[in-house]
Parts: sequence; C-alpha cells; structure tokens
Amino acid sequence: MLKYVIRRILQLIPVFLSVMVIIFTILYFTPGDPARIALGQEVTQEAIDAFRAEQGLDDPYIVQLGRYLYKAIFQGDLGYSYVMKSSVSSELANRIPTTIKLAFWSVVFSTLVGIPMGVISAIKQYSLLDSFVTLITLLGVSMPTFWFGLLVILAFSVHLGWFPSMGFSTVSEMVLPILTLSGSSIAIIARITRSSMLEVIRSDYIRTARAKGQKERVVIFRHALPNAMIPIMTIIGMQFGMLLGGSIITEAIFSISGVGRLMLEAINMRDYPIIQGGVLFISIAFSLINLVVDILYAFVDPRIHVK
Amino acid sequence: MADKSATPLLDIRNLSVQFNTDSGVVHAVNNLNLSLQKGKALGFVGETGAGKTTTALAVLHLIQSPPGKITSGEILFDGQDILKMTESERQDIRGDKIAMIFQDPMTSLNPIMTVEEQIVEMISLHSDMKGETALKRAHDMLNLVGIRPERGKEFPHQFSGGMRQRVGIAIALACRPSLLIADEPTTALDVTIQAQVIDLIKSLQEKVNTSLLLITHDLGIVAEICDDVAIMYAGHLVEYSDIRQLYGHPMHPYTQGLFNAVPNLNSEPGGRLAVIQGLMPDPTDLPKGCSFSPRCPYAKEICHEKPCGMVEYAPNHFVDCYFPLGVKGGQNHE
Amino acid sequence: MAAKSNSLWKYTLIRLRRNYLAIFGFVVLLILIFVAIFAEQVAPFGYAEQDYMMIRKPPSEAHLLGTDEFGRDILSRLIFGSRVSLQVGLVAVSISLFAGGAIGAIAGYYGGRIDNILMRIMDVQLAIPTILLAIVISAALGPGLFNLMVAVGITSIPRFARLMRASVLSIKGMEFIEAARAMGASHTRIILMYILPNCMAPLIVQSTLSVANAILFAATLSFLGLGIQPPFPEWGGMLSAARPYLRNSAYMSIFPGLAIMITILALNFLGDGLRDALDPKQKR
Repeated sequence: MLKYVIRRILQLIPVFLSVMVIIFTILYFTPGDPARIALGQEVTQEAIDAFRAEQGLDDPYIVQLGRYLYKAIFQGDLGYSYVMKSSVSSELANRIPTTIKLAFWSVVFSTLVGIPMGVISAIKQYSLLDSFVTLITLLGVSMPTFWFGLLVILAFSVHLGWFPSMGFSTVSEMVLPILTLSGSSIAIIARITRSSMLEVIRSDYIRTARAKGQKERVVIFRHALPNAMIPIMTIIGMQFGMLLGGSIITEAIFSISGVGRLMLEAINMRDYPIIQGGVLFISIAFSLINLVVDILYAFVDPRIHVK
Repeated sequence: MADKSATPLLDIRNLSVQFNTDSGVVHAVNNLNLSLQKGKALGFVGETGAGKTTTALAVLHLIQSPPGKITSGEILFDGQDILKMTESERQDIRGDKIAMIFQDPMTSLNPIMTVEEQIVEMISLHSDMKGETALKRAHDMLNLVGIRPERGKEFPHQFSGGMRQRVGIAIALACRPSLLIADEPTTALDVTIQAQVIDLIKSLQEKVNTSLLLITHDLGIVAEICDDVAIMYAGHLVEYSDIRQLYGHPMHPYTQGLFNAVPNLNSEPGGRLAVIQGLMPDPTDLPKGCSFSPRCPYAKEICHEKPCGMVEYAPNHFVDCYFPLGVKGGQNHE
Repeated sequence: MAAKSNSLWKYTLIRLRRNYLAIFGFVVLLILIFVAIFAEQVAPFGYAEQDYMMIRKPPSEAHLLGTDEFGRDILSRLIFGSRVSLQVGLVAVSISLFAGGAIGAIAGYYGGRIDNILMRIMDVQLAIPTILLAIVISAALGPGLFNLMVAVGITSIPRFARLMRASVLSIKGMEFIEAARAMGASHTRIILMYILPNCMAPLIVQSTLSVANAILFAATLSFLGLGIQPPFPEWGGMLSAARPYLRNSAYMSIFPGLAIMITILALNFLGDGLRDALDPKQKR
C-alpha cells in the first residue's frame, strides 16, 4: 500500500514540472514586456534596459526557463511580483487559507445536501419527488455559477437583506459565497448519488438482504448506500479539486481575497510571476486531492485493499 | 394435491404474476397451483424463463413492484396468506421461517461486509442473540457448511464461487427455517462443485429438518435429493408427481421431451441430439389453448382451443394435458 | 457494415423520439440556430443601437426585455448574442473534437511509446483545472472572438482524446480489424474506414455536451473581462455589465443568465437523450 502511494506521488512530479514549463512557456510568448509591466510607463528606456539586464530577460528561453525552475524547486522561490511589491510565495500564502476554506465548506455543504437528495430520488424513483429533484439537478448543472451568484445576491442580499454580499471573514459573509459555489456541486453530487444508488439497489445482494427479512430502511442505509458511496466518493473528491479552480468566479463576485481573485487581478495586470505561482499551486492541490481520493477509494473498497 | 389430510407447509393457489415492460405485459406466472408438505423436498423444474424464480420471489413477496405485480392468487404458508400480511409480518417470516438461497453466488453477497457479519445479521434479526453469542452461532454455521470459522473475517471476493454458495447456505439456514427455497443453487458452479453443494443441501435439510423447494432445470439433481417433482412450463405447472412415478412414467409430452433431451452415454455416436421443436412462447403473447400446443407433436384441435388444467390421471400424478402419454383414452402410446 | 449503421441510426431516432426532454432540447436548439442565422431579421433593434432616452428602462412594449446602460435593446442583444454563443460552441468543439480525436486515435491505434507520451501530455493538461486553463490561455492570446474559441477549444481536447482512445482500443481488438490488415489495408485506411465509424456514438454525445460546456466557458470568460469585448453582445459580458445595476435594474442580470441557462439546459437534455438512445444498456 505504501509503495503504491509513493509510486503515485513520484508519478506526479513530472506532471508538476510539466505544468510549470507549460505555464512559463505560455506566458513567455504572451505579448508584453515584463520590464515595462514591472516598472510602469513613466520610466526611461535606460531604466528598462537596466532592469532587463538585471533580471536576465534578454537571455534565451531555455536559460530563463531553467532559472525559473531552479529557483522554484531548489530555493522555494516562486519569484517576485513587481506589481504587488512582494514575493509570490507570501501573496499566495496570504490567500490560500481563504480559498481552501471556501472550497472545503462548499464541498461539505454540497455533500450534506446532495447525497440525501440523490438517495431520496433513487428510493422513490419515478415519483413526483424524483422528477422534482431531477429537474433541480439539471438546472443546477446548467446554471452558470456567476449567474447563480448574482441571483443569490439579488434575493438574499438586496431584497431580503439577510446576508452581506462581500467579504469572507464572518460567518454571515460566508453564507452566500458557499451557497453560490456549491450550486453546481450539489447538482452533480445528487446526480451521481442517484444513479449509483439506482444501480446498487438492483443488485442481487440487496435482494439477499431483503430476503433475510431486514427492514427496508436498514437495507437502504446499511447495505445499499455504503456500496453506492464508493463511486460517489471519487466524485466528491474531484469536486473539491474543481471548486478550487472554480472559486475564481465566486471570489470575483463576492470580492473575496483568495487565490482565485489574486489570479484574476494578476491576469489583468499582467503579473506573470503571480500567474505562474497561482496556477502551479492550484494544479498541485488539484492533483494531490485526486491522489488522496484514489487512495481513499482503495481503503474503502475491500475488494481493492484486501487481497 | 398430494396428501389432502395434512395442511401443506406451502400452498400456492392460482398464483399469477405479470410484469409491465416496454414490450408489453409479460405473463410470467399463470394460475400456478403448487403445494409442498412439511419435511419433503420438492423439485421445481423448468427451462430458463419458465417463471420458477418469479414464483420463488413471489413466495417471499420480493417481486420488484414496478414493474412486477401479483395479479391473483394466494400463497398460504402454514395456513396464512402471505399476500395478505403486513410488510412487517413478512419481514418476520423472511429468513426466520422461509429462507432462500440464490442462483448467482458471485453477486448475492454484500461485497463490503465480512462473511460472518452477513450471517450475524440474519441471526440478530430473528433471535435475541447479540454480540458474542451471535458470532459464535455464525461460526457454528460456517463449520456446518464446511468453512473454517477463522475465515469468517474475510470478504466475499476472497472466496471461490462454491465457497460463496456455502456462505449463502449458512446464511439461509442460520435461523433454522421451516422452508428453504433453493433457486438453482448449483447452476453457476462447476460440475465437480455442484455435487458437493447438492450433497451439502441434502444433508443439512435432513439435519435441520427443513422442507425444501429446489428450483432447477437439471433433472439429475432433482432425482438425487427430491421426493416430489413439479414441471413448469410457460408460467404454470404441466405435470406433478413423486419422483418414482414421474421419472418412471412421464406423461406430459413436454416432460417426455425434457427426459429425451438428456444425452445418453450409451447411445450411438453420430446420432442426433433429441430436441424439443420450437421455442417457449412469447410471454407477452401466450397461446389461447394449451401453452405447449404449438410445439407438441401430439397436439389435437382441442389442445389449441382450450387449456386443459391439471387432471389426476393416476394416484398422486397430475398432468395438464388432454392426451397424456401412456394413458388409455389418450391417443398416444409410449 | 453500411446496412448495420443505417439501422443503428433508425433505431436511435426511434428511441430519441420517445424522450420528451431531448425533443425539447432539440427544438430549443433549432430555434436558437434559426435566431442566430436570421438575427438581423428577427431582432427588433441592432445590437449596438443606443437610445439615450431609454437608458436602463425595464421591460415594456417597445423593449420587451428592457434596455441596458447604454439604452440598447436587451432582447436584440440577446438574439445577436446567440450567434456569438453558437459560433463559439461549434468552433471550439470542432477544435477539441478534431485535435483530441486525432490524438486519441493515434494513441489508441499505435499504442506503446506513442500512446504513453500522448496520454502523459493529456494528463499534464488535466492537472490544471479547466476553467483556470481557459482563463490563462485566453489572457495569453488576448481578447477577441477567435482567441476565445481557441482557448475554450483547447481545454476540452483531453476529454475527447481519452474518449477516442478508449473507443479505438476496444475496436482495435476486434477481429475484423485483423482481417483488414491481412488484406493489406494501410493504417490510415483502417483508421478512417473501419475504426472511426464505430466510435461515432460516444463522440456525438460528448460533442453535444461539450458545446454546452463551451458556451458556459465563453460566457464565464466574457464575464471576467476576457474574450469578447464590448460592444459585441455576449451573454456573459452582458451579465458582467449588469452587475453594478443589480439593485435597481435586476432584469438586466436576469435575462442574459436565463438565455445561457436555457441553452445549456437544452443541450444537456439533448446530450443525455442521445446517450440513452445510443446505449441501450444504460439505465435511467
């Protein structure tokens, strides 16, 4: 088991390296002079040239790439943002906890709402309730997050005045962003729960459980659901990763200072070091989460971990 | 049927089950009459699709309710009609009085529960045994079916098909049910294992004093362990008798066809295999008269017009046919 | 083999027809396509027509869905916006389909090293969450309709590559391929004439769903200020512009979002319906 985990982690390393190379390359070939971006419009050409020489911006692509990789991997130095006047690492470190909180609580909320929806829908298949849940999940999957956010603000902030529409420090501020970000996740989790449960309920071993004279409630919750959870777990884990990436929009709408919003500002300001660092962090987090989910999967399903 | 003086343990009367599917209404079981005496073993024989499993599931009232539906009949267990009971009463009966062994051991056990947990569940549902006592009893059952109790902590996927079926038997017999329904318990197993499992079922049946309803398409197995035989075709019985009579003098053309179809080791090499011409009728479109008449080599006009119904042509030998084989007054001879 | 595929289509159509949601989706799509093509005829106003007398007026007889902050008719902008959305959807998915399909087919067919390398590259791309990648690529390429299509198109390549690869692998093992090889057919011929036709089903389903996704991404990118620039009408961009007026002119935020949602819903219905129709083993 441990060998498997280590092997998977090692397999991720070339992936991370490749991500760094790709992002660096994309940004390298983007039009725009890093020197001008850093120093602004009002400086002299000499200042620009001096800056370029100092930062090695005139060196060939390979050299610059190598320099970036070396500093990042061996010195933990992700670069310095002239736009924000601080190191990339510190800017990221400031925002990461917020984004993780947002994504984490959204996943928790989505799971707590989505799974029961899916279970009920599966148990009462073809009923009005089932159709209702199916409709909601279809809407949830088709509704753009940014629109949902605006509607949520409209309803709960503007008209009802229950919650603020900006920030993320107090519990009250956290409610709407979490609700917004959870929107599509709830739908996805409910759908996969429903289909997984439907499949499991038709299994022979469920029939065996009933033939034992087991009460239906126990059959559903102690036999069907645990078996259905196995694929559901994978989806939930994936959702966590996707929400990390998708938090960008929610952070933009609710003015939350997380990694996502940082990325948006960086893109607008052409702050390459921040963009590189941000994408790298999110990609690493995403991949690690998927890895954790895979391992958890192996733990939970005895068919995999017990030989 | 059979011994009219004693109340049969299981008495199915006029049972009809249908399924609503996209291609029409499937008449799986049609006016089935069947009874089983206490302590006896009844072989319930028919081809795949004849409706045997559906009948068994109906007894336990485990038919999926859409799309299936029990449209008529009574199922009397120990005198009480299962169809009229509350769900809670049925849950008490399931496992405790009537237990079932299913056909496919690879999928009938919960993959994420240990084997002993699954037996313990049966035990704690129908008795006051909990914890250690229940576990001990579960281990006793494992011993009974020939599995070392230490293996109880393992999961189903760690057992072979035959072993899993034994676990299924252990679960089914854990509460000493009065009736054991075995639905093709050996069909999914290798031939060598089949014999073991059948012997196991037979010896346990005697030891635990359970009545047995054995569903199968294999006439050989029935001959080994059953007292009586019922032949099913297209959702209803066509012949019923005890082993001796039925195997000695099969009367229904279908039954005869089944016996003929069993290859004979002593026959000439190069000879043709005997088959029953035609196919089972489409269950959404059953024939007007006798359901076997389209395939029956001896069918007369009346056979196509009106179904016959079970007639007792010999003591304790019932046949659903106007012209059973070997019966005077019928036009056919053996 | 040709006769078999004919009956497959017919059977699929019959099953599809029974699915009311899918029909709804298909009809909505047709309406959208019609409106997009004939926007100039259908829309009551031009998308850039400004009327300073009618700034931010709620829905009325003259302007069925109201006007925006420049006095432009929202209904007309939505209609022209459908053209943009559909264009992006179709072009982006075409890019994903052809590029991804080619990669997947080559990887699946040739196997070995090539397969390894190509799939590793796909894995790298998949390590970056798609919306993030779309944002970065879009920012790098700059604003504009074409760049938007490319950015969105690139993000879906791995999905199509994997799908194609899986289909190819399953077909490759079948015996009629061996027979073709024995007859001396070239690799290209085998891929084009034997393998591809049999991979169509999942690709069609995925394409439909990807168009929905592409439209969503395009709206998102425009909402964030990347992609299409004003005054060109794009549903996401319209939502972004409506944000400051959420309190007083809520309708400005509602209608473009509704347009996006209905379009995506229709495409999802259609895609799900196609999936159910093409795979008889799927249970609802």
